[in-house]
Amino acid sequence: MSEKEKTLELIDLKKYYPIKKGVLQKVVGHVKAVDGVSFHINKGETFGLVGESGCGKSTIGKTIIRLTPPTAGQALYKGTDIFSLDKKSLRTLRPHVQMIFQDPYSSLNPKMPVGEIIGEAVREHGIVSDKDYREYVMNIMKICGLRPYHIDRYPHEFSGGQRQRICIARSIALNPDLVIADEPVSALDVSIQAQIINLMKDIQQRNGISYLFISHDLSVVEYISDVVGVMYLGSLVELAPKKELFKHPAHPYTQALLSAVPVPDPDVKMNRVLLQGDIPSPVNPPSGCKFHTRCPYAKPICSEVTPEFKEHAPGHKCACHLYNDGSWV
Amino acid sequence: MISEKDRKEQLKAIKKENARRYREYNRNKNKKVAESTYLTEMKDDSNLLEIEDLHTCFYTDIGTVRAVDGVTFNIPKGKTVGVVGESGCGKSVTSLSVMRLLQEPQGQISFGSIRFNSKDGKPVDIAKASIKAMEKIRSREISMIFQEPMTTLNPVLTIGKQIDEVLELHTDLKKNERYQKVCDLISMVGISNADRIYKMYPHELSGGMRQRIVIAMSLACDPQLIIADEPTTALDVTIQAQILELMRDLKDKISASIMLITHDLGVVAEMADIVVVMYAGRIIELGTTRDIFKDPRHPYTIGLMKSRPNMIGEDEKLYSIPGNVPNPINLPNHCYFKNRCESCIGKCNNPYPGLVSISDTHKVACWRFIEEEAK
Repeated sequence: MSEKEKTLELIDLKKYYPIKKGVLQKVVGHVKAVDGVSFHINKGETFGLVGESGCGKSTIGKTIIRLTPPTAGQALYKGTDIFSLDKKSLRTLRPHVQMIFQDPYSSLNPKMPVGEIIGEAVREHGIVSDKDYREYVMNIMKICGLRPYHIDRYPHEFSGGQRQRICIARSIALNPDLVIADEPVSALDVSIQAQIINLMKDIQQRNGISYLFISHDLSVVEYISDVVGVMYLGSLVELAPKKELFKHPAHPYTQALLSAVPVPDPDVKMNRVLLQGDIPSPVNPPSGCKFHTRCPYAKPICSEVTPEFKEHAPGHKCACHLYNDGSWV
Repeated sequence: MISEKDRKEQLKAIKKENARRYREYNRNKNKKVAESTYLTEMKDDSNLLEIEDLHTCFYTDIGTVRAVDGVTFNIPKGKTVGVVGESGCGKSVTSLSVMRLLQEPQGQISFGSIRFNSKDGKPVDIAKASIKAMEKIRSREISMIFQEPMTTLNPVLTIGKQIDEVLELHTDLKKNERYQKVCDLISMVGISNADRIYKMYPHELSGGMRQRIVIAMSLACDPQLIIADEPTTALDVTIQAQILELMRDLKDKISASIMLITHDLGVVAEMADIVVVMYAGRIIELGTTRDIFKDPRHPYTIGLMKSRPNMIGEDEKLYSIPGNVPNPINLPNHCYFKNRCESCIGKCNNPYPGLVSISDTHKVACWRFIEEEAK
C-alpha cells in the first residue's frame, strides 16, 4: 500500500465552529465538527466517507478546498500543505482539486449558458489556447454524455441528471487530480443515479482521478469506493479497504449502519442492530468513546477512556475498546 | 414542427379553456352536494379503499398534464400497500387525490372513483364527496404523514398544542382528557418524558423525533388508513430503521392499513404486503411483494431492480436504464416506456397496453405478455 503515490493526506484535521453569545459575542463553546481526522487517498483510487448527517463529513470536504479555514491540522496535496498556501499559490492549486456539490439545482448559475459554466474556469486558468477553447469544451461535454447543441442552453432547460453531468463536466474540464464529490447522487432518482455513478467511474479510469466520495448511502459507497472511512461525531471510527469493511465490520457503529440499510428482498429478514436514540450534540460530545451512549455492547471502560484508533489488520483501523487484534473481547 | 404563430394561437386557446374550467369550478364550489351523490357500494367488503380508473389532471398554461392517468388498485383492510416509482410518476398525486388535497382548481380529479369503506358502514366516493364530508374523513378516517417533518409542523406552536388541535377539531373530549390523550400519544411513539415534550417547540427536537411527533399526530383519531408519503426519505439510515420499526408496531396495534409511498425499493420490500409500481402516471406492474421482487416482469421494474447498487455485488458496471422519463405534456399514444425499453417488440407501437394478469395477484402492463396470453 505504501508504495502507491498519495494524492492527498490529511493529518489530524480539526475544525471547530465557535458558539457566540451575548452582546459582546463572547465565545462560550465550540461545535467540534471535525475532531482529529487523518487518512490518505492514493492516486486513482476512491475514498468513500460515510456517516449520518451532522457527523462532519461535508465539513472535511469544504475544509480541504479551503472554503472554510481549518482550526488545526494539515492537508498534504502531493506533499505541499494546502492550509499554509498564500492566495496566489492557492490559485495555481485550484485546477488540481475540484468539487462536485450535492444539489445540481443550486450549484449552477442560472444566468450562464452551459458552455460558459464549463468553460469559464478553463479560460481563467489557461488550460487550452483560445483557438481550441470551444472544441475543448465540446469534447468535455461529449465525454460527460451531453450533446454538442447543449452548449448554448441554460441550466433550467435540463433535468436533474443532466445538470449533475454539467457539474461533473465543469470539474473535470480542468484536468484535476482530486475531485471531492459531496453527495453527488443523493438528489437523483435510482435509474439516474446509476448513470451518474457509471460516468464517474468511466472518467476515473480514463484520467486516473482520485475521488473523495462523501455520501450517507452505504450501497453507493460500497459500489464506487476502494477504501471506506466511517465517521461518527467528527471522528473516524473505522477505516478499511471496501471488501474488508463490508465483510468484517469491526466497530459496533459500522455494524449498526450496515444492518440498518433496507434490502430489496422480501425473504431476507436481517438480524438488525437497532440503535437507540439520536446522534448526540457535537457541542458536548459524550466522554470516552463518543458512541457509548448508543452502543449496544457498551462496557464501563467505554464511558471513561477514549479508545485509540488502532490498526488491527493491514489497512484496517478501528477505534473500539472491545475489538482487539481482529477479534471481539 | 409547428410555426411560431400557430404555437401562440394554441397557447391562447389553452389559456381560454383553463379560464372557463376555473370559473365552472368556482361556481360549483359552494353548492350543496346531496349525500346520495357520493354514497356508493364497495365492490369487495374486505377492501378499505378501492381506487378505480382514477384520472387526475393539472391544467397548466402550456397544456394539460395527466399526472395520474387511469390508476386502479385496492387497499385491503389491515395491509400495507407500497407505491413505488421515480419522481414525477404520479405517486404523490395519487395520495393527494385520496385526501382531496390537490391544489384546486388547477389540479382536479377529472374521472374515476375512490371508494372508501368508512367506519360507520356507509362507503363514500371520495372523488365526488363535498368539502364538508371530506372534513369528516380527514384525520378521523384517513390521515397523512408527509416527507419533511420540519415543514409539516408549525414552528411557532408547541408540540402539545399541535396534537391537541387535531383532537379539539375532531373529537368531543374535554380539555384535561385531551391533555392525557396527547401525552399517551407521545409515549406511544416511543418518546419518554411526554410532559416535557408537550411544552417544547419543533426546533428543539431532532429530525427523527419530529417524524415521531408527526406520526403521533396522524394517529390521534385512530384512523383506518394512514398515507405515508416518503416518511423516511429525509432521515438517516439508523433513524429510518427506528421509524420503520415503529410504524410496523403501531399498524398492528391500532389495526390500520398503510399506503406507503416511496422511491426506495428496500423500504418497500421490508414494509409492504402489496406493491404497485408506477411510471409516468400509470400503473405498470402490481402484485404481492414476493411477485414483484422475486419475479418482476415489466422491463422497467427489472431495470429499476438492477440499477440499484447492491451490497453483495461485485465490481461490474452498474446497469442503467437509458434515456429519461418522457415529457408529461403530450404523452405519446403507445407504451410510455417504449423508447427506453430494451425488449421492445413490434406490438409496442400499438396503443398503451392494459394490465394483464399473470397470476391471481400479479398484473403487468406490457405488450409482451398480452402476446403470450393470445397464444
